[in-house]
Amino acid sequence: MPLELAEFNLSEERLEFRDTLRRFFEEHAPITEVRRVMEADGSGSSSKLWQLASEELGLAGIAIEEEHGGQGFGRKELGIALGEVGRSLAPIPLFAAAGLAAPVVGAVAGDEAAEWLEPIAIGEAAALAWVEADGDWDPAATRLEAVGSGGERRLTGEKHFLLGGAEAKRLFVVARESGSHCDEGLGLYAVEGNDPGVELLRRESLDLTRPLWSLRLTDVSARAVGTPGAAAEGIRQGLDEATALLCSEMVGGMRRVLETAIDYASERHQFSRPIGSFQAIKHKCANLLIDYEGSRTAADGALVALDEGDPEAALLASVAKSHIGPAYLRTATESGQIQGGVGYTWEYDAHLYFRRAMACKALLGDESAHQERLAMWVARGLEEGAA
Amino acid sequence: MRREDTKEEAAFRAEARAWLAANAEPRTDAPPAALDHSPEAEARAWEAMKVWQRKKFEGGWAAITWPVEYGGRGGTPVESMIFNEEQSRFDVPVGFIAASLGMIGPALMRFGTEAQKQYLPGMLRGDEVWCQLFSEPEAGSDLAAVRTRGEVEGDELVINGQKVWTTSAQFADKGFIVLRTNPDVPKHDGISFALIDMKQPGIEVRPLVTMRGDRHFNEVFLSDVRTPLDHVVNGLDRGWPVTTFVLMNEGAFIGTTVQTQTNATALIEAAQASGRLEESVVRQRLGEAYARERVLGQLQDRLKAALLDNRMPDVDGSVLKILSSEWSHERAVTANWLQGAAGMLTGSDAPMAGLWQDQVLARGATTVGGGTLEVHRNGLGERALRLPKEPRFDREVAFRELKTSG
Repeated sequence: MPLELAEFNLSEERLEFRDTLRRFFEEHAPITEVRRVMEADGSGSSSKLWQLASEELGLAGIAIEEEHGGQGFGRKELGIALGEVGRSLAPIPLFAAAGLAAPVVGAVAGDEAAEWLEPIAIGEAAALAWVEADGDWDPAATRLEAVGSGGERRLTGEKHFLLGGAEAKRLFVVARESGSHCDEGLGLYAVEGNDPGVELLRRESLDLTRPLWSLRLTDVSARAVGTPGAAAEGIRQGLDEATALLCSEMVGGMRRVLETAIDYASERHQFSRPIGSFQAIKHKCANLLIDYEGSRTAADGALVALDEGDPEAALLASVAKSHIGPAYLRTATESGQIQGGVGYTWEYDAHLYFRRAMACKALLGDESAHQERLAMWVARGLEEGAA
Repeated sequence: MRREDTKEEAAFRAEARAWLAANAEPRTDAPPAALDHSPEAEARAWEAMKVWQRKKFEGGWAAITWPVEYGGRGGTPVESMIFNEEQSRFDVPVGFIAASLGMIGPALMRFGTEAQKQYLPGMLRGDEVWCQLFSEPEAGSDLAAVRTRGEVEGDELVINGQKVWTTSAQFADKGFIVLRTNPDVPKHDGISFALIDMKQPGIEVRPLVTMRGDRHFNEVFLSDVRTPLDHVVNGLDRGWPVTTFVLMNEGAFIGTTVQTQTNATALIEAAQASGRLEESVVRQRLGEAYARERVLGQLQDRLKAALLDNRMPDVDGSVLKILSSEWSHERAVTANWLQGAAGMLTGSDAPMAGLWQDQVLARGATTVGGGTLEVHRNGLGERALRLPKEPRFDREVAFRELKTSG
């Protein structure tokens, strides 16, 4: 019997949209296809599926404004789409392009947003490259320098922990003015994927269905997005938005894992009883539900805040990420445990979600980083309130 | 998520606020000078609670959603929510009455005879406070195993047995009690739900001191206690549906209680003042406590939104019950950790007059009271996730044949 839980904050239209996407991914990205792409020696991505999703459904540009070439829906709609990708593990760069690169580019580009966003909206995937070898998610840790002056620069150096490298036609690279520090002098620079000085290297990744990439740049020509050296605020804003969107993708995966666990606990018999009738298993399942309810509520809260322009949007993104990271990992861990020996096999899908949960927990800052941020925000708010 | 008030709601809010301002003092967030759990302090608090209830009754605010004929205001759930929001800004002794009314009031309105409903105005006025006589030494999570006997003698029920964990029985004027009236049928079929007078011979109340040091609940011994047969609610041997109805309301009440005095923001403020916020591990633990408070608030908003739209909630109440009790306990433990060595002190020697120590020690009130967290997890598994139930051996057998531990 399929798990039935009351839908939460989904209008008729949004429900229909979600169901359409679910059918699409069930048809075009069943787990057999996900595994085929995963096990093929190559990009870890399906260009064909990405093209289909972009052309048939317009997913790449769903949250990009119409005047910038997109469909003009909200982040909530993009969140629903990401949830279905997280559920199916479909090997397409929806988060990398629409969830991560587009928000950062949109926030930095200002008046030129249309020029940079239009290609992304029609499915010419882009990737954001900001983290360096030390793995620090904070853009202030950027060392790469944008050599030259004005809008035309040259880049030589490395970036790491990129998503969506396989499909990226264009890379948006964070680099700083020579000699600048922290947020000062940060800029966003566009590099063409086919430039001979661009080298993308696929890394051996814990998450088998979404590999990470490294980028090596050798005297590559780069064009500034927005005002060179003044991009810090936009980059931060875009990363906060990406954090909220990633949370929705994670919750989509959690839901699938929860369903698998409940199905298994209801059907598997030992001692002539379904194992879900034993309290030890029933309580594990209850804990999965508790984690899922808290997580889907927090993820929705973060997206609604973005769509409504709530000044707390960044804070609520950190609330969500710090909560959902550990919750998704617990869910994947306990679901695997409920499935016993088969949950530990390569053949069962439990490990694919477990790997995704591990990677997502670290991506864009783990719970510790977001908890620290929250404490400092609240403390600053108290100071400002007192002043 | 809270939508804007409509014009009517805004007018209602203004009226409530004006009345509260004229009749109560605004709440301050200052820590208390001292915590006092002595019997004398508890008796004073009980009286203050009754006085405030009386005031609300006279002002027409005692029960917003109850019908006017029973002393209520005949208002909507939204108005009730608005009044509670406004009331929380004031320093008022809501106390046990709110819980008591929430349990027995709806049950009498749903199952009671017209004569039984005549008790409603008196309880709203605060003249008679009602206690819940449910648990027994041999009937805890398995409430349907109650043994306290109710035997019919003429037009009276004669009651003998023992109850336990009875909150505020030492002060209560009346009680509602779950009884075994027929031991020769399966356990759920021989239970009655009756109303009794607590101030009569044969009732002996012995307060139990909790680990926190208060006298929150009691043992109640009943010897030849009498109540008229017409004080049985829903008929003889038909008390189980009334009982589960009360338990459902009790859960809803506990799940939506909001922490006001001790929150993560207060902790962060204290850590900043003492310089401890310089430490990464302190920021992490307080950030975690803060995130949990926000997530819980968002979950509570979901329940409220359902109430506002007059639809079934889209999240199970046990999720909130479990998270709010586990997280408030962990927050109190974190606060105690933050105090370091001073965390070993209590009372007036401790920071904030020992308020956080008091919270740590109060954990059983929510992790056991209102159903253990384990019982709530069973409920989530079977009700929300529809997992198969455990095999049971007590459904078809006469109550007197069942095995017990005592």
